Amino acid sequence: MKKRKERIDRGIKARSGDIFALSSYREMMYLSAPRFVPIIGFLILPLLLGVYWQKVLLSVAVFALLAISWDILAQTGMVSLGQALFFGVGAYITGALNHYWGVPPFISIPLATIFGGIICTLMLLPVLRLRGIYFSMVTLIIPLMLVRVIEATKIFGGTEGLTGMTPLPSRWVEVYLVIGIMLVCLFGFRRMMDSDYGLVLRGICDNDRSVINAGINIYWYKTQALFIASSIGAFAGALMTHVYMFVGMPVFALDYSIFPIAAVVVGGPGTLAGATLGACLLVPLSEALRGFGGLRIVFYGIFLVVFTVAIPEGIFPYVQRKYNEFERWVEVDK
Amino acid sequence: MNQAKILEAININKNFGGVQAVKNISFEVNKGELLGVIGPNGSGKTTLVNLITQFVRLSSGSIKFKGKKIDHLPPHKIIGLGISRTFQMVRPFYKLPAYKNMIIPLYSPRAKSLLGGKYGDRDAMALDLLEEVGFERDSFVAYKPAGVLPQGYLKRLELAKAMSLQPDLMILDELFSGLSLAEVASILPIVEKLLQKGISIIMIEHRLKELFKIADRVIVLNYGEKIADGYAQEVMESEAVKNAYLGTEA
Repeated sequence: MKKRKERIDRGIKARSGDIFALSSYREMMYLSAPRFVPIIGFLILPLLLGVYWQKVLLSVAVFALLAISWDILAQTGMVSLGQALFFGVGAYITGALNHYWGVPPFISIPLATIFGGIICTLMLLPVLRLRGIYFSMVTLIIPLMLVRVIEATKIFGGTEGLTGMTPLPSRWVEVYLVIGIMLVCLFGFRRMMDSDYGLVLRGICDNDRSVINAGINIYWYKTQALFIASSIGAFAGALMTHVYMFVGMPVFALDYSIFPIAAVVVGGPGTLAGATLGACLLVPLSEALRGFGGLRIVFYGIFLVVFTVAIPEGIFPYVQRKYNEFERWVEVDK
Repeated sequence: MNQAKILEAININKNFGGVQAVKNISFEVNKGELLGVIGPNGSGKTTLVNLITQFVRLSSGSIKFKGKKIDHLPPHKIIGLGISRTFQMVRPFYKLPAYKNMIIPLYSPRAKSLLGGKYGDRDAMALDLLEEVGFERDSFVAYKPAGVLPQGYLKRLELAKAMSLQPDLMILDELFSGLSLAEVASILPIVEKLLQKGISIIMIEHRLKELFKIADRVIVLNYGEKIADGYAQEVMESEAVKNAYLGTEA
């Protein structure tokens, strides 16, 4: 009796577009479990963790936001190497508002989010026509330039930075605010990318001339995507400023540009969920490896290489694929 | 001919560096007619299309659509006015399923204002249009990613994308190239149907036999110059065209 492995897609009774015909609790669970697990997980985790790991969780959420922001840009065909620009601009806006005018954080953070988005979009507007590596180079260089500008002109405290920001009321507010926003961004923008509007954005990445040929102004859509992505980044920066109670040149550091890309690559690009998952793995890993001292970066690098080689499509698409199919042994009749 | 001109090109020129791809060409397209554009390889046919839709800027001359100058507009505006084109080298969105490819033109300002439609409605519109160009409704072809479709379907998809914009003028750039005779025979009636709807068509084609079946008028290009303009039969008999296609006797 020979047997072979058969692989089948898990059946859903009827499926058309976004409408699922659900006939049992099992099917409802099948659809909702992958959505509820991260939501409930993120909401419960802060209650279980100590102060130190709570900070790590905060950092996870911030990097997840940056990774989501990177992924939205990448899906629109703009590969950015400068998430630090968004992060830094948001951080400095809220820093300046709070330091010079004493604007409370609950006003300065939203202001920094919106104006950070606008300022970053305006800065990158002239290079919107560039594609591929040319766009990346410009985004890489702008935050590095801004650091030197701040250093040379001594604006916003120069190399010292600005200190004494108003902290958020408590660490619970900090962590739940950022987690809440991250979950909203994750599910909201995932939905957006699946809508017709998101389809246009993804079309620009796939074949921009074809989108022009559909009578759509791609530069307008790219501007919108840029604004969305830079606002997310600016929010992350603004929040961290109030957490650290400090803003200085490190906000333009290369970490904030490169780390989100690593997170997306590990988690799986083009899904946003992959970006979040990547951040959830990499940030705690980086913390856990602290004990190795200098060797930390080596282990970290090995981990990255192993993951990208073993699952090049990314963890999330892999898990998603496995979740939707199951295997069973069937007899081969002979 | 007393018909209204839908498109008029007056003395258009295009230089790529030292190469003059289009030399002083003037022509017009009448409402509801099918204008064939033929010529040997490299004679400037595709450049002509790119000039009309402004994917490439004119060096000099002017183009009027429905009596209004359009040569200063960006491509997406021109397409919004009612000119749509297909690409000779198909340009689908490879990662998306075929019917999702249609959503993008259906989402354009022009299609939205003419057809309306909310999220979800467009899927149905897309499937209807795809059926019109020969995606069998009962099969799964329309749901497959464009990247795995054969050339014949990609050309049909390209045609359907152009149709979804509800154009007044369609420019079909070598729609039949790379297709089998049977496939050409099945697409021809679709083009004829568009003509019956009153859509004007400019058709660039190497398949002269099929083109002459449906073309009202033909212009012939060679080295960027217009060497003939007229009814299919008389054009093919002209000396200049024979020389261009078959070469002159030394």
